[in-house]
Amino acid sequence: MKIRTARPDRGQHSRPRMHCLNKLEAIVVEMQDPKSGVRGVEQKLNITIIPHVISGKDIIAWIANKMKTPPEEALAFGTMLVSYGYIYPLHNHKKLVMCNDTSLYRFQTPYFWPTQKWVAEDVDYAIYLAKRNIRKKGVLEPYEQAHYNHLHEWLNYKWDFIVMQATEQYKAGKERKKPDRVVFDCQERAYWIVNRPPRRTHSAMDCGPDRLIDPNADEKITFDQYRRMNMFYQQAIMRSKVKSSVSLGVLVKYITTYKNHDPFLAPCLPSNPWQTDTDTYWTLNMRRVDIPTKMRVERWSFGLFELLTDLRGRDDFKIFLKKEFSGENLAFWEAAEELKWGTASSISTKAESIFKTFLAPGAPRWINIDGRTMGLTVKGLEHPHRYVLEAAQTHVFMLMKKSPVYKDIQKKALNPAPHNFSAAQLEQNAQNQNPGIHPIILWKQEEEEKVKAAAASAPVDIKAVMSKIDRRNRDIQ
Amino acid sequence: MCDQTFMAATFGPCDSCGKTGPLMNIYIKNEPVNYCSFCVEVMAYRGLQKGETLETLRQESDTLKKKLEEERGKLNDVELHQVAEKIEVVGALSIKTRRVLKGHGNKVLCMDWCKDKRRLVSSSQDGKVIVWDGFTLNKENGVSLPCTWVMACAYAPSGCAVALGDGLDNKCSVIPLSLDKNENLATKKKSVAMHTNYVSGCTFTSSDMQILTSSGDGSCALWDVESGQLLQSFHGHTADVLSLDLSPSETGNTFVSGGCDKKSCVWDMRSGQNIQTFENHESDINCVKYYPSGDAFASASDDATCRLYDLRADREVAIYQKDSIIFGASSVDFSLSGRLLFAGYNDYSINVWDVLKVTRVSILFGHENRISRVCVSPDGTALCSASWDHTLRIWA
Repeated sequence: MKIRTARPDRGQHSRPRMHCLNKLEAIVVEMQDPKSGVRGVEQKLNITIIPHVISGKDIIAWIANKMKTPPEEALAFGTMLVSYGYIYPLHNHKKLVMCNDTSLYRFQTPYFWPTQKWVAEDVDYAIYLAKRNIRKKGVLEPYEQAHYNHLHEWLNYKWDFIVMQATEQYKAGKERKKPDRVVFDCQERAYWIVNRPPRRTHSAMDCGPDRLIDPNADEKITFDQYRRMNMFYQQAIMRSKVKSSVSLGVLVKYITTYKNHDPFLAPCLPSNPWQTDTDTYWTLNMRRVDIPTKMRVERWSFGLFELLTDLRGRDDFKIFLKKEFSGENLAFWEAAEELKWGTASSISTKAESIFKTFLAPGAPRWINIDGRTMGLTVKGLEHPHRYVLEAAQTHVFMLMKKSPVYKDIQKKALNPAPHNFSAAQLEQNAQNQNPGIHPIILWKQEEEEKVKAAAASAPVDIKAVMSKIDRRNRDIQ
Repeated sequence: MCDQTFMAATFGPCDSCGKTGPLMNIYIKNEPVNYCSFCVEVMAYRGLQKGETLETLRQESDTLKKKLEEERGKLNDVELHQVAEKIEVVGALSIKTRRVLKGHGNKVLCMDWCKDKRRLVSSSQDGKVIVWDGFTLNKENGVSLPCTWVMACAYAPSGCAVALGDGLDNKCSVIPLSLDKNENLATKKKSVAMHTNYVSGCTFTSSDMQILTSSGDGSCALWDVESGQLLQSFHGHTADVLSLDLSPSETGNTFVSGGCDKKSCVWDMRSGQNIQTFENHESDINCVKYYPSGDAFASASDDATCRLYDLRADREVAIYQKDSIIFGASSVDFSLSGRLLFAGYNDYSINVWDVLKVTRVSILFGHENRISRVCVSPDGTALCSASWDHTLRIWA
């Protein structure tokens, strides 16, 4: 006996919404229209004559004409019609694709069309396989045999019912005329290939894990959900909004600013590594190059955030600020970032050290922020949490934004010439691809450097230095 | 500054119970108050008062919704294509497949780029997760998980770890990577997130120490990697949440999520409050992605459209659709400048849209089954697409 657990039933009860089915059905109905649809002929299969057979070429031409699309798109659409099961191929029935040639197809009967209302149940599949087994033992393919064995075990309690149904359907089928029977068999087989695809067949009904929401059920909203929605709407109404012309203008401005930096729109110099198989572009843009490229420096000028996210830009900015003796702002910003994104257990220790270094009156790297923000921050530090430095960090960011961005680096930037590889050179590049440095190695290097830098900038302990000098003098004497 | 949330008070004493904690900014009788999430829940579940019925609440909800639409409409003075009239047209693009990554034995469900612009991680239905060097086609690490349907994977910003969302275990785990190709990484797997249903999306924040996950149980959550502690949970969707994306802006405190209830919601990470919601799609939203500046985001849905939403104007500004496209879009991503929108569809193709002119620029064919994910590399040089035909393709 199977005991159903509380886990969602993976037996395909609630499926992704197949929103496309209505439109697909409308198109398929149009295609079958005797006057304006796809032309069908009769085809001889072994000794029977199958009516209304259509060729791939005709289907694609009709689709391209109807939807005004290029042939490749029409081909893709045709393949989708086959993989959903609206059209099935006569030969090569396991490959659910549309071919733009004289391959033959037929329309599937509406009884077997995919629908969202009910799913192709295992019981029906078991009946189908049992029926084929009755007709001729050993006619099942290996994957079907595997399914059959599995279902025999899984649905054992219903097996008598299944065999009875299969026998009834087999007898009913025998009473039909031969051409009808052949057609029906083809249709049924096509239906099950779409709904229980063999291993290398791509069927559109193969949907992936089911979503929990039932697309056929109406949404029932409870009173607490309404209350929450009302609270949300109230705050959304009061929320300040911006005129479309302003906000869309900003979007357009962003695109225009970054237009030349987008590798899909403008060629990247010296060359796109994926196109020419040389990674010069990446090595020139690493963190520790001697001279950064012109495009990189230009990008830094777009905004302070661009400068800070590019670690090389941050390093250069740090050196610049050191010269101006105003490095504490950047150091505070970095420390606040580390607090925000660091581990939960380190919050209190980090908050304490930040307070001692940057915020306490008389601190060694005291930052100059307005009294109100300072008051709020110090108060928040009594119960430190992840976002306690948010206000101060934003203020410091604004201050840094206003500081003049140095222009002399622009002169020293590198402007690499574009690569121009011949076909033979491209082939050689493909053979000698550079493996690059693994990010784990880079990360370890950077961590080591950080530790060294922290040790070097730690406040000097005068007493220790003095006692060291005393000891050395004593040794010399 | 694109983000309005940075000035809102999100931590402090609750106006109702006095406890210090993350706060939500709501309005009671048109007065702004700051409540902690527990007090908000208490308010929502309070029994029906005198004169209140389900029907009155529903009517109030409808009037408020209409009022919100009115407010949004008041500032709607121009459309996107009008603003974009003077912009020159995108030239013909010649995007070709540059690499085909073969190695998965089943449908590839998700992929993510590393910050070094060439490595990527991909996960598939047979439980295998592979870390590739996309440039040399070298498989650097491989992990075999006991479960199938690894629906989400993400690369850590440092490049030293990957996060994986289990479809059946309902967990999200972090695996540290190693330089040794033969090391069995599955033993080092560390469970971080626990949901009550499948994990549909996961991403690291700016550091390796926190991950954000979305789940089929309708919630999203922020977790601390080291301790596995739940830092913040986000409730508001009424159906499975299928996708999420973190804001790339300088005040990166928000993220957007999209789900089967046809809604896409913008959340404040600090307090867990739902700040904005957009209900324009006609079917499940499969993927959401922020515009590179953080001022807008795009969503892809089963109704065969992709839509662009402007966060500051608080409305939908563009619909990317065509009569000949009727199969659902499963994934979207922007190019570096934000001019191009790459969308992968269930009809095995990738359409490239011009974001400003709202026209289709190009179609990329090549895959033999539906596209599960498209992702532009961090420096914008290439696009990677993962598909159910067991392969990944890199286009440039």
